[in-house]
Amino acid sequence: MTDIHPREILICTIAKLLDGVRHVAVGASSPIPASGAMLLRALKQQAGETGPRISILGSVEHNFFTNGSAELFDCAGQGRIDAFFLGGGQIDGQGNINLVGAGEYPQSQVRWPGSFGSAYLYYVVPRVILFREEHTPRAMVEKVDFISAPGLSDEGVYRPGGPIALLTSKALFRFDKDRRGFDLQSVHPGYDLAAIKEATGFKFAHDETPAQTALPDPQVLKLLRERVYDEVAETYPDFAAQMRREIAQPLSHAS
Amino acid sequence: MASDLRGLAKYVEPGIRLGLPVDYAGVSMAMTRPIIERNTGNLHLICVPTGGLQVDQLIGSGLVRTVETSAVTLGEAGGAPRFNAAVKDGSIKLMDATCPAIHAGLMAAQKGSPFMPMRGLIGSDILRHRKDWRVIDNPLADGGDPVVLIPAIKPDVTIFHAPMADRFGNVWVGRRRELAAMAYASAITLVTVERIVDESLLANEITAAGVLPAIYVTEVALAPKGARPYGLWGEYPADTQELVRYARAARTAEGFADYMATTQMEPA
Repeated sequence: MTDIHPREILICTIAKLLDGVRHVAVGASSPIPASGAMLLRALKQQAGETGPRISILGSVEHNFFTNGSAELFDCAGQGRIDAFFLGGGQIDGQGNINLVGAGEYPQSQVRWPGSFGSAYLYYVVPRVILFREEHTPRAMVEKVDFISAPGLSDEGVYRPGGPIALLTSKALFRFDKDRRGFDLQSVHPGYDLAAIKEATGFKFAHDETPAQTALPDPQVLKLLRERVYDEVAETYPDFAAQMRREIAQPLSHAS
Repeated sequence: MASDLRGLAKYVEPGIRLGLPVDYAGVSMAMTRPIIERNTGNLHLICVPTGGLQVDQLIGSGLVRTVETSAVTLGEAGGAPRFNAAVKDGSIKLMDATCPAIHAGLMAAQKGSPFMPMRGLIGSDILRHRKDWRVIDNPLADGGDPVVLIPAIKPDVTIFHAPMADRFGNVWVGRRRELAAMAYASAITLVTVERIVDESLLANEITAAGVLPAIYVTEVALAPKGARPYGLWGEYPADTQELVRYARAARTAEGFADYMATTQMEPA
């Protein structure tokens, strides 16, 4: 119970970033964001509140839509979804994301699946959290090769939504709309400013000595392990089993 | 049954715009082999709103000219190998989109409208590469407020798989309304089903609410387990192992050809 898995820090950070949302949507293969949303819901319920509604795309049990796959977007377009997660093969310093491919377009040398709903949801969902575990110069680039969706829009373009934060396996950044770039908020245990600079292809604002990302409180960790992983397992059985396996052994032996 | 499916495949003429559903909505994998056997090429695939195994296999078989989609992926099994290879060597034309733009285009077609306006997209490279899309200033605003117009998407043929039809040609799609949206927009709709029931699905108010009426359905054929290795909602789960096996095999053109030659795709 004393060892905290690095992914548990991510899950708890996501729960904090989501605090206050009424409805959060999560992509089909996003177990960590889904776990963060479910942790927030469990915390709220423990405090006697309702907690957020959670939609997991492609899931049967966490999907209350009855109007096909268009309904999520209709819902988001009306402001009925407060938070969503986006990633990308490349994320740049202005919050632009690329889900299409590396190199020239259309003949990408490395092709990723495609933009999915990003070129809409990034514009209309108020609290978009950019989440990508890989934090390397090839993922965090100065400028993306293809803009699936831009971090910011020109004056006069309808844009109630956009990025609020970028969370990786190494750090948490806040997005500063006015400065049009990321501010380093905190660094996860095991990393320092030099490591983050080395891993990041774009420039970012930071304190001289950045804060360390807060570790989960013992009671939050208890709730996560005793309740939330069971809920996560309904949709992401492999992920929940892996987390349980890895927290059962000392971290030095975990992958 | 196999001859029924071959009969359906005859609607797939060279060069048509073919609408296919997303992997979890009801993909008629049973139709993939009959389409490939018919060997009619130059197809323009419209993925609603993304594509997977079926799209990858049609591309790998050399039948595809254009892919209009928001993504192509094998999900948990990884990237779509023949799609990725075709992108790399430039052998298919790409019309990259975003999911709600595909839905908007189908909805315009459903209403008989020339286009549907849509938020988002402005400033993206998706929009920059789509010469068929237009940006106008919202004519109802006092000025400014650019908005994107998505032209109606009208597939020549749509093919999907559903749990049930009745002998009158009504198809039960439940809450998978995108299947209905595809049929409304398409000139021809071909449906394979797990079972065909005698009683009209419209006779019961509860099933009627989830019915795509026969007026939009060109032909129905029986194909039990017809979505395999994909799953079918409410019926059976996806066979992820098989998707992984395909993903590995199809990394090379030879591996793909081998897989297609040795794998029984019609339900046993």
